[in-house]
Amino acid sequence: MSGRRRSRGRRFPRTVRFLRALPGYILLAVLLVFLLFPFYWTFVTSIKPQKELYGSTVTYWPTEATFDSYRKLFSEYNFIRPMLNSLLVASVTTVISLTVSLLAAYAFSRYRFRGRKFFMTLFLTNNMFPTVLLLIPLFAIMRRAGILYTPSALILSYTTFTIPFSIWLLNGYLDDLPMSLEEAAMVDGANRAQAFLKIILPMLLPCVVATGAYVFMTAWNEYTFAVMFTNEGNRTIPVALKNFIGQLGVEWGMITAGGIITIIPVCIMFFFAQKRLVEGLTAGAVKG
Amino acid sequence: MFPVAGPVAGCREIEGSAMHRRKFSPWPYLLIAPALITILAVVFFPVLNAILMSFQSYDLRRPSQIRFTGLANYATAMHDPLFWQALLKTVIWVAVGVGLQFVFGFMLALLLNRKFPGRGIVRSISLIPWVTPGVLIGLMWRWIFDGNYGVLNDLLMRLGLIHDKIPFLAQQSTAFPSVILTIIWQGIPFFALMLLAGLQGIPEELYDAASVDGANAFQRFFLITVPSLKNTIFVTTLLRIIWVANSVDVIFNLTEGGPAYSTQTLSVYVFNKGNTLNLGYASTMAILLALALALVAVPYLKKLFKAQEESR
Repeated sequence: MSGRRRSRGRRFPRTVRFLRALPGYILLAVLLVFLLFPFYWTFVTSIKPQKELYGSTVTYWPTEATFDSYRKLFSEYNFIRPMLNSLLVASVTTVISLTVSLLAAYAFSRYRFRGRKFFMTLFLTNNMFPTVLLLIPLFAIMRRAGILYTPSALILSYTTFTIPFSIWLLNGYLDDLPMSLEEAAMVDGANRAQAFLKIILPMLLPCVVATGAYVFMTAWNEYTFAVMFTNEGNRTIPVALKNFIGQLGVEWGMITAGGIITIIPVCIMFFFAQKRLVEGLTAGAVKG
Repeated sequence: MFPVAGPVAGCREIEGSAMHRRKFSPWPYLLIAPALITILAVVFFPVLNAILMSFQSYDLRRPSQIRFTGLANYATAMHDPLFWQALLKTVIWVAVGVGLQFVFGFMLALLLNRKFPGRGIVRSISLIPWVTPGVLIGLMWRWIFDGNYGVLNDLLMRLGLIHDKIPFLAQQSTAFPSVILTIIWQGIPFFALMLLAGLQGIPEELYDAASVDGANAFQRFFLITVPSLKNTIFVTTLLRIIWVANSVDVIFNLTEGGPAYSTQTLSVYVFNKGNTLNLGYASTMAILLALALALVAVPYLKKLFKAQEESR
């Protein structure tokens, strides 16, 4: 049932063990097909020629694979534009969010001060508010501040939404680094800032990168705010994808090709950051 | 927003690190100031704004008529059949969606907890739906569900389960189940990930001891696995409820709430109202949604406080 059979299973020969585990593997295969088929289907659609896409029979592999959709995406629809917009918004958000969160996480991890628990909780409640509750007033505020329809509106929003979780992740990672490391450096005459920059930051770097990957993915993927806060010139990828649904029909070739291009960077980042993100994510829940 | 778990337990206290316990130091306050100011400005200030807006007739199409109207928006909501329908849809969406995410996620976690060659790769790959943008999820499934060229119709016909193509998203009876199927697909990996981490923390000896005592697989599951994962299950389920209730992008890109509002949850309703620039009424419904979600958020935060107390 729970895979804990292996300790008992040693009493059985290999084939018996395999047969007993077989239903589990079949179930796993079914679940994986369910989870992954949509991606396969998106890819296959993106390399089908136009007439096969809307043909009378559905084909599971294109009779003539072509990258026309990708070519058209960049030549006719200038997809590079939303990609650059997304890259700008996501990169700047990542840098600001990481800097601000790192400072706060250092304070929470290394100082014991009055109101520490209150402030931590304040940060945590941040993520409890419904997205749409913030969306409406922020739209009005950004409009009054004159930054609606500029990348700043998105950068400011995404930075704020990612700060609480970044602080929490970084705080957890920092707590795992013993205080004695800095104390040794400070005994040798370094001040707090030097000790942090020279000793702690290099050791923390992989965790900072993982946290950065989370921030980047959030900003790269976000749609609800992006569609309200951008216009033609600075719309990001998610908005551009949705715009392929037009009055005259849906450009499925464009959507699927654009979709594949969109998830490749996040998948690569996720695979590298995965281990540390999962550690940070589950530390509390598992312990708790 | 990209669904990553919020904090699930209090911070850990490190022995002997309370360097600044006695002497007052402005440094920690200065260090958290940038984060604090941003959050007050971009989260708490807008929430106050929303509360104010909900008491006003605030329609950007008629900017000259913006004025306080007291509880008028709330009264409108109480008499708005679409509001009640959206609330009901939200409850079903969350209950069925999160419920089945949990069941299949748990199943996947148990299966991934076995040792087999290539487990690491399988685990990474099965998490991809979790990092996929909500827009793309909506659009990918919209294409799969398509009534004319959709692959789901083709598969079902090849298997002989149906004879005529079904316009899954275009008819009221099938649209809502279809969007729920999509959100289940999105949420399975998250539950699997969290529960798998929990499973790996259960000491093997517990199972061995139970086996010696003659417990069968079912007894081991319900007497060891489930109780050991109690906290993980509680925390992940509450978090997931909050995210799923708030989710706009998946439904909006599948159906935009249609046909005939049959897939319009409260979040989507607020979003659609916001798009028509009736911000006062949209804020009112967003606040009602927030109050409903507080039923879930408060126990979650309480748990958090308790965990923090215990770690002291």
